Parts: sequence; structure tokens; C-alpha cells
Amino acid sequence: MDKEDYKKYVEGRAKKSSYLKNCSFAFLIGGFICALGQGLRNLYLYLGAWEQDASTLVSISLIFIASILTGLGIFDNIARIAGAGTLVPITGFANAVVSPAIDTKSEGYIFGVGAKIFTIAGPVILYGSLSGVIYGIIYYFTGI
Amino acid sequence: MEMLLEYVWAFVVGGLFCVIAQLLIDKTRITPARVLVSYVCSGVALTALGIYEPIVNFASCGATVPLTGFGYAIAKGVEKAVDESGLLGALTGALSATAGGITAAIVLGYICSLIFSSKTKD
Repeated sequence: MDKEDYKKYVEGRAKKSSYLKNCSFAFLIGGFICALGQGLRNLYLYLGAWEQDASTLVSISLIFIASILTGLGIFDNIARIAGAGTLVPITGFANAVVSPAIDTKSEGYIFGVGAKIFTIAGPVILYGSLSGVIYGIIYYFTGI
Repeated sequence: MEMLLEYVWAFVVGGLFCVIAQLLIDKTRITPARVLVSYVCSGVALTALGIYEPIVNFASCGATVPLTGFGYAIAKGVEKAVDESGLLGALTGALSATAGGITAAIVLGYICSLIFSSKTKD
């Protein structure tokens, strides 16, 4: 076993244990955020919100929490451990919007904040809308 | 008990959506930005195929909080808009349904950029 092979072997072993660790943290923290969302949803329903509005309010609440944590620099620390656990819930979208907005304010409010705020939100909105339009056309003509 | 189960399923299903993404990131080196985009598009596709709605009914926020749920909201919004205003709904549905979340995120992003300064990364 030469140096290269050994390096590969060690990396392989390290990778295996990190897969398990990463996935566990992603599961626990991602699951927690969804359960938190469930709690908020039940709270809003209890307060008299409509079913549809409750979902939107949950999204907005989680976006609010994630934005504040991003601003305070706490979100990055959680995300480093959680990985996809904070990325996949709507919190990841909020972080991807707020983080570049804060980082680019030195570039000005038009081409800095105004443009860079859409670095991640832009692609999400574009491809979300695109698939929505495609589905809308199919749905209109076929009714499924 | 019923109440508790609701939380358990939201936790488990939501957690699993995150594990799938984590595996994609670790095994294929797909970038997080691509994960977000593909989750939203998958959400639209799975809803269109009638697969996602049952997951939402079963896991509630476990399915609506992950970004696939964003896609679900887009697809449901499109269906509703097309039902109400025909083909025009294909253009208006997606963003109407998600306006709350998108607007909240960008407005909060702007406000945060006024209040906070970027932290030095260690």
C-alpha cells in the first residue's frame, strides 16, 4: 500500500463515519424544525387562522426566526453542524436570502443588497415558477 | 396521543427529507443551492403526480416546511388559479401562492442588512 492508497483508505474511513454523523444531525435538527413548525401551525389554528393561512404563517414565522439568527451570526454556527437539517426546511431559503443581503451591503443598496439578495432566491423563484407554469399548462389542457 | 403522533410524524418525515439532501451533498458533491432548486421543482412534480398530497396529509409540517413543500404550495396555487381563471392561472398561480414567504424573506433580508453587519468568519 503506497502513500496514495493509504490516503484514500483513510479518507474512505473518515467519510463513512462522517456520513453517519452528518445524516444524524441533519435528521435531528431538520426534524426539530418541522416539529416546531407543527407547534406553530397548531397555535395559529387554535388562534383561529384558516387552514391555508396557517401554513403561510408557519413559513413566515420560521423565515423570521431564521433571519434574526442569521443576522446575529448564530445561524451559521447551527448550520455548520446541521448541514441539510437547516438547509432543506424553509429556514435554509431564509438564510440564503438574508445572508448575502448582509454580506454585500458594502457594495451598495442597489447592486449590492438589491441584486445579491436574489443570489439563491432568484434560481429558486425562477425554476419554481417555471415548473409551476409547465404544470399549469398541463393541468389546463388535461385536467390532471 | 393523537396530538403527540402528529409531532412525531412531522419530525420523522421532515428529518428524512433532510437526510436525503445530506446524502446528496455528501455523496455527489451537489451544491446546496442546487439542492434548494431541485427540492422546489421535485415538490411541484410530486404534487402534480399526486404523490405529495398524501405525504402532506400524513405528516403536515413534516412535508410543508421542507422546500419540497414550497413546490407543493406552487403546484396547489397553480391548480387553484387555473380552476378559477383558466390558462391565465398558469402564470399567476405559482407566485400568488408563495408570495407571503418570498416577500417575508426579501423584506426581512433588507431589514437585516440595515441592522446587522457581516460577521468575520473564523
